[in-house]
Amino acid sequence: MTDRTPIIEATNMDKFYGDFHALKDVNITVHKGEKMVVCGPSGSGKSTLIRCFNGLEFHNSGTLVVDGIEVYEGAKQIRALRQEVGMVFQQFNLFPHLTVLENLMIGPMKVRGLGRTKAEETARKYLDRVHIPEQADKYPSALSGGQQQRVAIARSLCMETRIMLFDEPTSALDPEMINEVLDVMVELVDTGMTMVVVTHEMGFARKVADTMVFMEAGRIVESSPPEQFFTNPSSERCRLFLDQILEH
Amino acid sequence: MTSFLRKLKWPDYLILAVLIGFFGYIWFTIEGTLNYAWRWHLIPSYIVGWHTGREEWFANILLRGLVATIRISIYASVLALILGTILGIARCSTNLTVRMLARTYLELLRNIPPVVVVFIFFFFLSQQLIDVLNLERWARGIARQENNGVWEFFFGEMRRFPSLVSGVIVLALFESAFVGEIVRAGIQSIPRGQREAAKSIGMSRMQEMRYIVLPQAMKRVIPPLANQFITLIKDSSIISLISVYELTFATVQLVASSRLIFEAWITTAGFYFIVCFGLSRLFARLERGKKRAS
Repeated sequence: MTDRTPIIEATNMDKFYGDFHALKDVNITVHKGEKMVVCGPSGSGKSTLIRCFNGLEFHNSGTLVVDGIEVYEGAKQIRALRQEVGMVFQQFNLFPHLTVLENLMIGPMKVRGLGRTKAEETARKYLDRVHIPEQADKYPSALSGGQQQRVAIARSLCMETRIMLFDEPTSALDPEMINEVLDVMVELVDTGMTMVVVTHEMGFARKVADTMVFMEAGRIVESSPPEQFFTNPSSERCRLFLDQILEH
Repeated sequence: MTSFLRKLKWPDYLILAVLIGFFGYIWFTIEGTLNYAWRWHLIPSYIVGWHTGREEWFANILLRGLVATIRISIYASVLALILGTILGIARCSTNLTVRMLARTYLELLRNIPPVVVVFIFFFFLSQQLIDVLNLERWARGIARQENNGVWEFFFGEMRRFPSLVSGVIVLALFESAFVGEIVRAGIQSIPRGQREAAKSIGMSRMQEMRYIVLPQAMKRVIPPLANQFITLIKDSSIISLISVYELTFATVQLVASSRLIFEAWITTAGFYFIVCFGLSRLFARLERGKKRAS
């Protein structure tokens, strides 16, 4: 499934918020088609890391190359990069003044310059993919959290990106809706898309991850295939964390 | 009405009695001391007059003033909305110079009395602009034409057109600062996630503003903008100082020629009140209706 071409490469990446050292000397490589799951306690820098990947945040030192584009503050190709990297947010962030269909069409039309008919066709295709074609003409506020998140996933899919970032996509959802979103994400795995997922859903991680990453206090503490990660993690801290979240 | 009367307790009656006493005293002073002869019966003819020669009704000075005020208010609001939106966006710009310029404009206008602002804008800006555009001659040309009914409908008497233009510009520049603040607050009230989502699908800052932030922000600021429109109608009386023909200016003229001091000013106050209060009730109702609908 994964070939060994790197698509995201971070070397010695540091990131500060004022005095707070959010990312400490992070080195990480994501390969084309790889599914990477990032976990760790809150405040450990997981979100910051993936937000750097599409230039929503910028690192202060080190280098980051995503899809052949070097990412730094003020880089000219940041927009080009963002068009190739989709992102799904914890809080969905759907556009409340647009219908579901318009939410999906606005990117392709305004950013990619697609015609209305073509954009609608694409939008309906991906709305089918996330199993809510019947919600096309509703406004986001009329949808459940799970449905909203699936629309958000479809919105990213409509941009037909090769990399998708998920920033705790199920953390804001009621428990009964978590699975409908995870199911959609599992279905995406077979498309060969590169996925970086920040989540605590370890069942999902076991099922799809090629690589598990554990972060703590801005550092990558552990990075290993899931078999090893779940059965025999090399760091004590990671073992403790897993014990805590797998207990329930 | 009866249920309202039943709600009144003795303190209410006391307050009412004091108020009636107070206004009674003022009335008594005017009547007794000033020996003012009320001539209310003359007022209607200054609103709508009867032209004996042509045998038809015509809008007289007060009504024409009111129409001029409404006209000026509408044009000035449209202009103020455009300028204010630009100003509001400039206030949120990432460019420091743009942000500072917008801020300077706003702080100047907020900390100088409106009357002074009006004079400065009038002499320094709109007069020059009218000269440059040669509006004076252009307007006179139209005023001389036979068929200028359409022009008159939209702009009133065409020979007064340059003064109308300067009035509208002055008023719009003045109000745009406040509209700008409202728009800025609207823009900043949109959650950061909205901008991030727009960015993450590759939108430029312009597109993000135009398709995502502004549509939501403008919807949120409609109620304060409506209030600002009412404020603008009231503020429009200031431009009578630069001889723009509107309700207050018309009243000054009427008082000067007819000596109907109290009657004319009370009538004008009534006009302003009816228009502004009516609009504020209308906006409140529209807002309630919209809340119910959504």
